[in-house]
Amino acid sequence: MSMITRRNLMKTAAAGLTLPALARSGFAAEPLKVGFVYLGAIGDYGWTWSHEQGRKALAEALKGQVVTDYVENVKEDASAIPVMKDLAQQGHKLIFTTSYGYMDQTIEAAKQFPDVKWEHCTGYKHADNVGTYNSRFYQGRAVIGTIAGMMSKTGTIGFLGSFKIPEVVMGVNAFTLAAQAVNPKITTKLVMIDTWFDPAKEAAAAETLANLGCDVIAQHVDSPATLQVCEKRKIYGFGYGADMSRFAPHAHLTASLDLWGPYYIERAKAMLDGSWKSDDIWWGMKEGLLGMAPYNKAVPDNVRAAADKIIADTKAGTYEVFTGPISDQTGKERVAKGQRMEDKDLLVMDWYVKGVQS
Amino acid sequence: MRIRLEKRLTPSRFMQIATPIASVLLTMALGAIIFQLLGFDGPRAIFETFITPIAASYKWQDVATKAAPLIIIALGLSLGNQAKIWNIGAEGQYIIGALAGAGVAFALPDAQGFWVIPLMIAAGIVGGMAWAAIPAFLKTRYRVSEVLSTLMLVYVALQVLNYLVSGPWKDPKGHNFPQTPPFTPAQLLPHAIAGTAIPPGLVVGILLTLVFWVLTTRSVYGFSVRTVGAAPNAARYGGFDASRTVWSTLMISGGMAGLAGILEASSQLGQINLGFPSGYGFTAIIVSFLGRLHPVGVFLAALILAVTYVGGQVAQTVVHVPNATAGIFQAMMLFFILASDILVRYRVRILRDVPRPAPAEAVA
Amino acid sequence: MNIGFFIDALITVVGVTTPILLAATGELVVEKSGVLNLGIEGMMLIGAVTGFAVTLNYGPDLGDMAPWFGGLAAAIAGAASSMLFAVLVLTLGSNQVATGLALAIFGIGLSSLIGAGYVGMIVPSFDSVFPDSLAGDPLWRVVFGYSPLVYFALLMVFAVGWFLNRTRAGLILRAVGENDLSAHSIGYPVIAIRYAAIAFGGALAGIGGAYFSMVITPMWAEQMTAGRGWIALALVVFSGWRAGRLLAGAYFFGVLMTLELYAKASGFSFLPSQFWAAMPYIAAVVALAVISAREVAGSEAPACLGRPFLPNA
Repeated sequence: MSMITRRNLMKTAAAGLTLPALARSGFAAEPLKVGFVYLGAIGDYGWTWSHEQGRKALAEALKGQVVTDYVENVKEDASAIPVMKDLAQQGHKLIFTTSYGYMDQTIEAAKQFPDVKWEHCTGYKHADNVGTYNSRFYQGRAVIGTIAGMMSKTGTIGFLGSFKIPEVVMGVNAFTLAAQAVNPKITTKLVMIDTWFDPAKEAAAAETLANLGCDVIAQHVDSPATLQVCEKRKIYGFGYGADMSRFAPHAHLTASLDLWGPYYIERAKAMLDGSWKSDDIWWGMKEGLLGMAPYNKAVPDNVRAAADKIIADTKAGTYEVFTGPISDQTGKERVAKGQRMEDKDLLVMDWYVKGVQS
Repeated sequence: MRIRLEKRLTPSRFMQIATPIASVLLTMALGAIIFQLLGFDGPRAIFETFITPIAASYKWQDVATKAAPLIIIALGLSLGNQAKIWNIGAEGQYIIGALAGAGVAFALPDAQGFWVIPLMIAAGIVGGMAWAAIPAFLKTRYRVSEVLSTLMLVYVALQVLNYLVSGPWKDPKGHNFPQTPPFTPAQLLPHAIAGTAIPPGLVVGILLTLVFWVLTTRSVYGFSVRTVGAAPNAARYGGFDASRTVWSTLMISGGMAGLAGILEASSQLGQINLGFPSGYGFTAIIVSFLGRLHPVGVFLAALILAVTYVGGQVAQTVVHVPNATAGIFQAMMLFFILASDILVRYRVRILRDVPRPAPAEAVA
Repeated sequence: MNIGFFIDALITVVGVTTPILLAATGELVVEKSGVLNLGIEGMMLIGAVTGFAVTLNYGPDLGDMAPWFGGLAAAIAGAASSMLFAVLVLTLGSNQVATGLALAIFGIGLSSLIGAGYVGMIVPSFDSVFPDSLAGDPLWRVVFGYSPLVYFALLMVFAVGWFLNRTRAGLILRAVGENDLSAHSIGYPVIAIRYAAIAFGGALAGIGGAYFSMVITPMWAEQMTAGRGWIALALVVFSGWRAGRLLAGAYFFGVLMTLELYAKASGFSFLPSQFWAAMPYIAAVVALAVISAREVAGSEAPACLGRPFLPNA
């Protein structure tokens, strides 16, 4: 199918392009093989799709020097280890494992292939040849929280999450804090459905949130089911990871976009010039890892201006959504006025801010 | 010309061995065609799935690792299946066994010494048995079908797992992710027997295969189990208690599933998370049938299915077929083996019509 | 809380319940005829992907009618996949448990394979069968505002109940399920009846699956039924093999599932969410025990359930 054609095309293109390079330099340099392990399907228009766009950007930018390949739908259990080992066996020297659930498997595979460099997305375990990388997704949440706060008429906004892990918690909190900054009376109703993927359950949960008065709903789950419900109920929603407006042309106000390209290019270059070392990278809007999708027609100018300001200030470093005073759900103050939360506290965040109903 | 099925006097030995082999070969052929029709490189997909794991020596350890739990669970299931007691909840017993063993590990975080692992394993076996005890009780006391009760309990077990790794057993140093703390070095099984690449689970599997072989073919117990399955009335006259058979076979298969669970948990990833259930409990049912419920057959069938798992992943990387591929092949093999079952019990006869008597004779 | 709140909640419950009701109704007929088909999940997914693919591919040509063709295609696909099971079990006498499981695994895998090219696409859903004035009315939408498949499901439950209990054909089917050898000796075509029952079960499972890909979330994603097929199985057991109880039980499960979400969204969680998720299965096991212990005639498992038909044994 199209996957095969693309792959063949890529291989032929890469092969064809190295020829002139060979002729010029008279010295044959093997292109660097870079592998990607994907959780979902590349066509999911969500998490995996974004990584795939990043891979394509890499393949394009470093054409001739780099050859890329991927494996999709790799389950987050022990069976991921043979997949990773296969990629290493096939000569890939830099491998990106793009989901939290691959953490232990990456460490395991890395032990058996010490000369291959591994990068695990959103994890925290390292080794000499294993680095981690993450994106400041919460910066995108701050933008949509601002929009939600200004556009909600009921003062109740919703968040549909999967598991109470730091990444999701940060998202909920950033969303709420940003909304409260424009409307202090905002409350966020939160539903965690305990799964990354179950479209029917996501739809039922979104309906429940809508039934309980939410007129803007954000999501941290892997399917556009929530947006489809928002469209049906004529309320607003946001895409996550990619532009999902095709699923909800009226409801989809904007989306936070995961732009992995710049990172992948950077790391491949590091491999090529030999400077790669295991790191713990957490980039955001400033470094180009995060972007926002075009605004829906329905977003009024003043809201756009406010959102654009958040984006600009985030990039400049003058705005940080996790700046105190921040209290938790019990009312206890966790971050003092004017203080910014440190990365290490964010990465283990397991408490919600005041105003989140969970 | 008609086709008639004649029941054989004794099941055909030749067919019993030929049909599993034929099933695998037919699956390979049909699979190649289906994939080709759907736009993939069919023959390549089959080659990578079935041949590469056998041909490439670096894959053998993967195959062995995948086969070990299948062997262990399927041995237990086959015993019950011979008695027509269908335990399809092995996946649940596998999970509970692993949790039980892990529970022991977490209760003794500082324990050192060689007795830690055997204790965890014992706990795993007991855990699996306990989970199978529920359907056994329901069947003997309330005549509840074990097919339904064992299956329902799988989903309950999944929720128990979910609850424990998200709550009471969540790793405090795990950044709040739903997973248990990692096992300490004293609680981990090595990946391979020292000096070789053989996973310890495989050694256990081989030993158990021999045990079950003796049990099934040479012991009175084995005979009683087979009789209860084949001729329940005769079994009763022979003094073989059906209730006791229900309990013993469910306990054994539950214990085996629990054993596989704790072995897997303590040797592969060294901790338990939501991705732990890999479907071995269900695949073991296929293994049991493909192996014709005989311990040696089960051993070989487990290897074949492990090959499709491992090969399916290779095919995924090389030919870009979706990872659902392995499941399709496994199901096809099961279909073929079930379909060919009839050839074991019946002989196919092609009869020619006897010519009719001339009509003139009717007019007398 | 006003009436609108309850209406909204009920609409959500209906959405959650309908696919399970469809699949379970089909399986009820199958099991009443004495066959246990565990492959529901597989058949649902095959129906889901087929319905989606047909609606997508013929959408431009058929316009508004496309979803109806999709639904029909889903039913046919579900029935076709069930025939795989039927031939093995009825004609070749293979073990029903293993064959059903094989069908489930096969359906999951095949649907993923076929659906691989459809990820990320959308289809239009069904138009309402009722006029917009009724379907959209704030009050009357609770009766008229549903997708046609919802009404179809309710119709089917009543039709099946009536068929099984009030028609001669239904009586024969039940007889086949209770005592196939006697039915055979009277002259009823046991095998043919079971084939028909299995096909019916497959068709409804296929439509139940299509509900996911065409109504709840009009898109395709691998394994999008997320285990509802197994809940449908639990439901048939829980209902004691009676159509009326099936309907009540289905809505009971639906209410439980929706209640869990409401509780979470409102900030209550007095019991862990996993307990709620396990509820349908625990309920089924308990119901099984209660039913079998009480030995009430007519609400037991059909006596021949799961056993092969061996007239010449």
